[in-house]
Amino acid sequence: MLRRTVLGIAALSLGASLLGAGPTSAAEVKIGAVAPKTGPLAAGSAVTHWPNIKLWVTQVNAAGGLKLKSGRAKIKLIEYDDRTNPGETIKAVQRLATQDKADFVLAPYGTGFNLAVAPLFAKYGYPQLTSTAITDKIPALTKRYPNIFFLLGDTTNFTNAVVDILKKMRTDGKIGSRIAMVNVADAFGIELANAARPVFKKAGFKIVYDKSYPLGTQDLSPVVNGAKAAKPDAFVAWSYPPDTFGLTEQAKIAGLNTKAFYTAVATAFPAFGGKFGKAAEGILGAGGINPDTPAMKAYIAAHKKVTGKAPDSWASPVMYASLQILQQAIEGVGSTDRKAVVAYIKSHTFDTVVGPMKFKNQNNTKFWTVGQWQGGTYYGVASTGRPGAKPVKLKPNW
Amino acid sequence: MDIIVFGLLLGGTYALMALGLQLQYGVARIMNLANGEMLVAGAFGAFWFYTGTKLSPFLSILFVVPLAFAVNWAIYRVLLQPLVKRAKSHGQLEVDAILATFGMSFILVGLMLAFFGGRTFEYLYLAEPVEILGERYGLNRIAAFLASAALCVVLAVWLNRTRLGLSLRAVAVNPSAAGLVGINVSRASALAFALGGAVTAAGGAMISAFLTMDASLGVLFTMKALIIVILGGVSDIRGTILAAFILGLAETAVASLIDPGLTLAAAYLLFILILLIRPQGLFGRRTT
Repeated sequence: MLRRTVLGIAALSLGASLLGAGPTSAAEVKIGAVAPKTGPLAAGSAVTHWPNIKLWVTQVNAAGGLKLKSGRAKIKLIEYDDRTNPGETIKAVQRLATQDKADFVLAPYGTGFNLAVAPLFAKYGYPQLTSTAITDKIPALTKRYPNIFFLLGDTTNFTNAVVDILKKMRTDGKIGSRIAMVNVADAFGIELANAARPVFKKAGFKIVYDKSYPLGTQDLSPVVNGAKAAKPDAFVAWSYPPDTFGLTEQAKIAGLNTKAFYTAVATAFPAFGGKFGKAAEGILGAGGINPDTPAMKAYIAAHKKVTGKAPDSWASPVMYASLQILQQAIEGVGSTDRKAVVAYIKSHTFDTVVGPMKFKNQNNTKFWTVGQWQGGTYYGVASTGRPGAKPVKLKPNW
Repeated sequence: MDIIVFGLLLGGTYALMALGLQLQYGVARIMNLANGEMLVAGAFGAFWFYTGTKLSPFLSILFVVPLAFAVNWAIYRVLLQPLVKRAKSHGQLEVDAILATFGMSFILVGLMLAFFGGRTFEYLYLAEPVEILGERYGLNRIAAFLASAALCVVLAVWLNRTRLGLSLRAVAVNPSAAGLVGINVSRASALAFALGGAVTAAGGAMISAFLTMDASLGVLFTMKALIIVILGGVSDIRGTILAAFILGLAETAVASLIDPGLTLAAAYLLFILILLIRPQGLFGRRTT
């Protein structure tokens, strides 16, 4: 309770200082953002979520602001830290809607968090363009909430893509049928593991090790040692950023050599390649990009220039695409009429950094599912309809 | 077998951080709930040092330890000594110290968040395998264990063989009697508190070699150190070290044999058992 109060005061004063900063211009659009700046998911949002918001707001305001019918309007950004606690996310969204009177609120970071605030976004009519949520409940959710949009994809396609890659490796005689699977005990990891289990079994794979660990587990050596003792042909981890690093490091130390090694979120982070260097070669991860398109090259350069670091090679550009869509929709409507903006998003095709995007029942059906470190760059190797996939390579021993 | 080795390696590093709390609680009579934050600060120091200089993060203790010592000395003199002077009884001091250090932990977390942000930080140092008895272990764990063990030995020898160490132990046994035989209790307490903070920070520097850290993790380590100190008995350094190994072994065994999600539960179970069965700790004396 005490902790909550103290941090609450800290959050309030942070909000107040942001509100008080700078002279207020005549026309502005208030945009709220809430995501972890602390807690287990802060590492992920500090790479994928916050830098894109900074980049986008900087770019829009440098160009004079959003183009509305009434003239240019600069973005005023209001940020809150939810401390990786869905309860705080809900409170912050409520506050943004009622106290700060934000014109728009950006979708939060992570699957569970987006699901938690979906009713609130629907209540206030904010378009919720989720770029870091993966779920199989998309049809049910989009039916219930007319303003939620999914950009990153669904669980089944993500797990199926991994299974397909492993199936092909087995058909080619490169690996056997023994799979070690671990997952982080969080909405994301549990859902992917639950989706993967039957698919692996149906494809004739044998899951020889199957364990979950809580979010924020620091010492992952027992997990990796257990997996190694099961003598797998492939290692699959439905993991979040801190554990993706931890598992990979432990696997390297323990000498867990498999021809296929997959860790989910954060494998596409530049820090992953930075930390493991040559050892990252051949590691498979969730999502991907085609780093060679002109739009992507320009985006990566701008991201480096404004935020001082490189974007990740999966959800970062999708997050940026969600902001591009929001901007194009607001400017297309020419006002901050949220109902009209939602309708515009539903009915138009948008030009984004990951290619043209059109929503089908509020869902983007063309996305990258698997990527791989090849020669120091993370390339997409499987997608549901995005061009430019590279062929999959076998992972060399550590 | 590998469970035992892993558990011992983990326990050795835990021992160092728990010794810090043991000094602070056993001698200075301050139940320092900001202990974990000091550990995280030490880890930050090592991270900074390593990414800046590319020298061994273990060398960072050369500046982490004096710095932590100075900061903790100041904290004791400014923040905690007034509480000690004001306290009418041991119980009151305990309550006041817990509240004060609890608040301090928020300040420290806030400061570290301001400096480093909420991201996790980690570096790859000595992440090379070493074979012991046919199993592979991370060299960074072994190095951290050896460095921690060396520091523990130095500390134990200092406490048992030197005059200053003797005065610290005397204060631990009975502060008022220690005062009567000419020991400057207030100085000894400040020294113990500062030393405790320095040792904890050194433990943080070691642990950061193989664990991913972030600014808000301190409370987790405070809890572990607390369990170890209570388990080992408040006033005995041997008990603390033994208890650290027990916790390390228990955590590793539970994670390997039952479920990785239950390590925290195992620690709590151990805590409850010791409170029920032997509340004075393994080596502690029954209070009269």
